[in-house]
Amino acid sequence: MTKRDRPLSPHLQIYKMPFTAVLSISHRITGVVMAVGTLVLAYWLAAAAYGPDAYATAQAVLGSVPGRLLLFGWSVALFYHLCNGIRHMFWDAGMGFEIRDAVKSGYITVGAALALTILAWAIGV
Amino acid sequence: MGSDVKLRSALGRARGLGSAREGVGHFYAQRATAIGMIPLSLWFVVSVIGLTHADYGTLRDWVGQPLNATLLSLTVLTAMYHAQLGVEVVIADYVHGETLKFTLLTASTMAAFLLGAAMVVSILKVAVGV
Repeated sequence: MTKRDRPLSPHLQIYKMPFTAVLSISHRITGVVMAVGTLVLAYWLAAAAYGPDAYATAQAVLGSVPGRLLLFGWSVALFYHLCNGIRHMFWDAGMGFEIRDAVKSGYITVGAALALTILAWAIGV
Repeated sequence: MGSDVKLRSALGRARGLGSAREGVGHFYAQRATAIGMIPLSLWFVVSVIGLTHADYGTLRDWVGQPLNATLLSLTVLTAMYHAQLGVEVVIADYVHGETLKFTLLTASTMAAFLLGAAMVVSILKVAVGV
């Protein structure tokens, strides 16, 4: 047998993931990020339950630059997961399975998530 | 072979061995909680934005409104349920050692219940006072 230079794909170290695959794994990553991020919400609520002093500390921590960065990441994860979740529901209903449609809905998802994030922080700051 | 085996129908033997009627339970719960989280998360984000610079009294008055305390508890519980289902799938997909998988599945479920309980108690504490 002659040795042929057949493509090795997917070869994970050099494999260029398609746009739709990046969106797919991002859904899981943002989901796990938010699941872990629930600790921040739990901390904020617990601080409120412990009283004015603890709440003031929590507000200062979350209002600091690292705190705001954390909340910004949290909001990106939330809006992306929300928009992509709605995209998943269309698939569950049997719609949008063609690759062209999946790419198009992917762009809409990213656009909507960005718009919602910008909107939330424009109002919130 | 015992006679009881011969007398059982094919359907009778198959019952209880598969996921029939139960296989969609996880799938359904994940979607049902996802649908719930659409309005709840949007309400939550708008509410938190409104409370960004709130002092303690403002927060307490806001959580003290029964509707807000109810929706906040519902948001937290639905989110923990949805998160537990999602993390369960991620662990099942990526962790292959049986012992580690079992440990992580149990720990993540316990963490979801613990956080859910802690957050609801916190909400009630702020809402009711004491």
